[in-house]
Amino acid sequence: MAKTPENVETAARTAAEETGDEAATAAPAGRQAAAETPRPKGIGLVGWLRWGWRQLTTMRTALILLFLVALGSVPGSILPQRGQAPEKVAEYFEKHKTLAPWLDKLSLFDVFAAPWFAAIYILLFVSLAGCVLPRAVKHYRAMRARPPAAPRNLGRLPQHARHETDASPEEVLAEARALLRERRFRVDAGDGSVAAEKGYLGETGNLLFHLALLALLFALGVGNLFGYRGDILVTEGKTFANSLSHYDQFKPGRWFDTDGLAPFSLALDDFKATYETREGPNKGQATDYDARMRFRETPDGPEKTYHLKVNHPLSVGGAKVYLLNHGYAPVFTVRDAKGNIAFQDAVPFLPMEQVNYTSEGVIKAPDAEPEQLAFYAVLWPTAVPAKKGDQIESGWPAPLRPVVSIASFKGDVGLDSGTPQSVYKLEGLGKSLKMVKDGRQLLRPGQTFKLPEGAGSITFDGVREWTTLSVNHDPGRMPALIAAILAVVGVVASFMVRRRRVWVRAAAGDDGRTVVEVGGLTLGHPTPEFDEIVAALRGGEERGPDGSGAGETAPDTESKE
Amino acid sequence: MSSTDLANLSDKLMLTTVVLYIIAMVAYAADLGFGGRRRTADAVAEKKVLATVGGGEGGGDESAPAPAAAVEQAGGRDWGRFAVLLNVLGWAAHLGVLITRGLAASHWPWANMYEFLTAIAFAAVTAYLVCLWRFQARFLGAFVMVAVVMALGGANIWLYQEVGPVRPALNSYWIAIHVSAAIIATGAFTVAGVATILYLLKAPREARGAVGDGFWAHLPSAGNLDRLALRVTMFAFPIWTAAIIMGAIWADEAWGRYWGWDPKEIWSFITWIAYAAYLHARATAGWRGRRAAVLSLVAFACLLFNFFGVNYMFQGLHTYAAPAPTAVVETVANV
Repeated sequence: MAKTPENVETAARTAAEETGDEAATAAPAGRQAAAETPRPKGIGLVGWLRWGWRQLTTMRTALILLFLVALGSVPGSILPQRGQAPEKVAEYFEKHKTLAPWLDKLSLFDVFAAPWFAAIYILLFVSLAGCVLPRAVKHYRAMRARPPAAPRNLGRLPQHARHETDASPEEVLAEARALLRERRFRVDAGDGSVAAEKGYLGETGNLLFHLALLALLFALGVGNLFGYRGDILVTEGKTFANSLSHYDQFKPGRWFDTDGLAPFSLALDDFKATYETREGPNKGQATDYDARMRFRETPDGPEKTYHLKVNHPLSVGGAKVYLLNHGYAPVFTVRDAKGNIAFQDAVPFLPMEQVNYTSEGVIKAPDAEPEQLAFYAVLWPTAVPAKKGDQIESGWPAPLRPVVSIASFKGDVGLDSGTPQSVYKLEGLGKSLKMVKDGRQLLRPGQTFKLPEGAGSITFDGVREWTTLSVNHDPGRMPALIAAILAVVGVVASFMVRRRRVWVRAAAGDDGRTVVEVGGLTLGHPTPEFDEIVAALRGGEERGPDGSGAGETAPDTESKE
Repeated sequence: MSSTDLANLSDKLMLTTVVLYIIAMVAYAADLGFGGRRRTADAVAEKKVLATVGGGEGGGDESAPAPAAAVEQAGGRDWGRFAVLLNVLGWAAHLGVLITRGLAASHWPWANMYEFLTAIAFAAVTAYLVCLWRFQARFLGAFVMVAVVMALGGANIWLYQEVGPVRPALNSYWIAIHVSAAIIATGAFTVAGVATILYLLKAPREARGAVGDGFWAHLPSAGNLDRLALRVTMFAFPIWTAAIIMGAIWADEAWGRYWGWDPKEIWSFITWIAYAAYLHARATAGWRGRRAAVLSLVAFACLLFNFFGVNYMFQGLHTYAAPAPTAVVETVANV
């Protein structure tokens, strides 16, 4: 900044002040001076760097960068994103075999983690910091400096007034000082004049807004680096302990220490969904989810209960637990050919549709002997005859009349190989797993299906519900909130408060009366304040509409409507 | 009254509102087109009044006396006043639509797209009436009415939904705060958008000196239109900012993260950036005037897209369709 031509800045600033109206959002002087900065010729590396820095911190560059951030976010809404829906990205790759890899090379499936996106917003924030920080220093100095002395010709200011009085110049100036101080101006006495200034809050707010945005980005970064997020599926009657192995999905921040997981535990006692039962188009819509939980902050801590609902997360051990989804987990008992229980548990099924929760799932019994058993099943929570044909469909999302259809398989389930597989799918169908002939059956709770040739049996014991819970820990949460609130406060202050200057000059006129001149300069729209000051200075004298400059009040027009 | 009665009343009031707005629109248009006899008076008054919008015009209109009253009497039929009267009645009926709808459903009446758009239209009319009261911006009336009638028509034809219960995800006091802020900001941005379009239409005519003495002369000067748009945007921008932030707080309560690049979040963010760019452009030499105005319209287009496009083109958390199942894939080693 050392070589910044101060006069250029001042010129730009005066220009901005004179055009007046935009000042509430006015650019810093430094940002406007760019056009006047000569293109460097043979200035060496330092010169080029300085030139580059100045270019980067101009308002034009900032505007272009802002625009690029907006433009760069667009593909994030059009294309599926890995961060939000990885399965949809996979689907997209299936559908667009040639295009997808190209898009992927441009990180278009990870827009918000893409290097080019980071480049844009880091440049933007550097540009912002490069402008705001020096400006903050300047503002601090300006706040402590004396108000600028009165210009020679007050008549050329946007607001001006002139009157004569019998009081002496000294009296007038003393009164002006008192009056302006009373109005909370900072007042400085000059030679035969008074200079006053107020409204620094506007610029303070403007700086606060921009600094708060920097802080917000910083808080987001801290949250991403030091936080974690995980999803778990919990069935009624089961317990979850907050450790890595219990998570179905776990995304730690880059610098999160996984040993630092808070040692809390949760148990889901009961999940209850309430549905709209009144007739009408909304019948069957969920109106409330309520998961009754028990939890402990630490393994030895006291047990507490909590009703986990949507919009009502549980805070435990510095983490927050959210209710995400729900579904059904039918309970089955599988007996093998020898009559031993090979499997007995609730099996989470995934909804095939979201209205009445027809769900599907698989039961794997690798312990069955001599041959391993597996089943594919469909659950209708409230089984009713389908309108067409002799099929079944679910008529209601709650489990009023649950029925499962079972298809049986035997052979090798494939779990012994150690390769991870989905708990919602059967692998090796038709290869290692053969369908059991006549192995299909509909079951109601309590019913048992005996497989042909004494291969074993499966009992449908009943239906439980599961919920998916999201657990996250985000140390940036509170700082981000505070920064966001400060940003709003800042932007409101910068829009509401305008800096304004008032000068009063008093001198003896030719006829012995004192000539009082008042001049006003407001960044932004002139306010009625100036007229009030002038009126107060005139005291009891007549106050006509003349001489009020471009004042705001127009009472005669208002009464017209 | 029962919930059904209230819902029916709400629908009837909606019809009343639309009819009143349509007549008001015609009356405003008549005022703009044929209000010729009062033109001189209005032109003077507008000049003076709109100076309050922008100021900084210099002391040019100091000498403006108030001949309005005198000319007013000679004016004969006053389409403008008739329009304002109908407009205010329509506004009251519109308020009634929202209140009865809310009472019928016993939740805040912006839980679905129909209610949301109705509320936005209400906010736009309110913003216009405030501009009318503060800045005598009656010239905006016809255009705001066109936008509002289109919005309400669209809401009734394509988006209508019967009164229903609120989804668990929307069952939070944040709906009152976050959605209201979004509605108010959108309403105000709409008025700013109308003023900006008028500015873009009027500015080149003014530059060519081709204003004539008809319709275009009846509008305030391009500079004043521009400043009105800026002021309304400056009012709406902090509210929009707050709406996004409160949305983030709510998202943190409901979905477990305060920012997840959901399509709605992305487009709110883009809209915010576009308006921020406009506000900065207004203050930057070389971007003022036409370029800034175009930026403002780009921002308004983003706002509209955020409302319609995002809800109907993308699958996101704000679509209020059934929630997508989270594919929870367990890596099974030991069962």
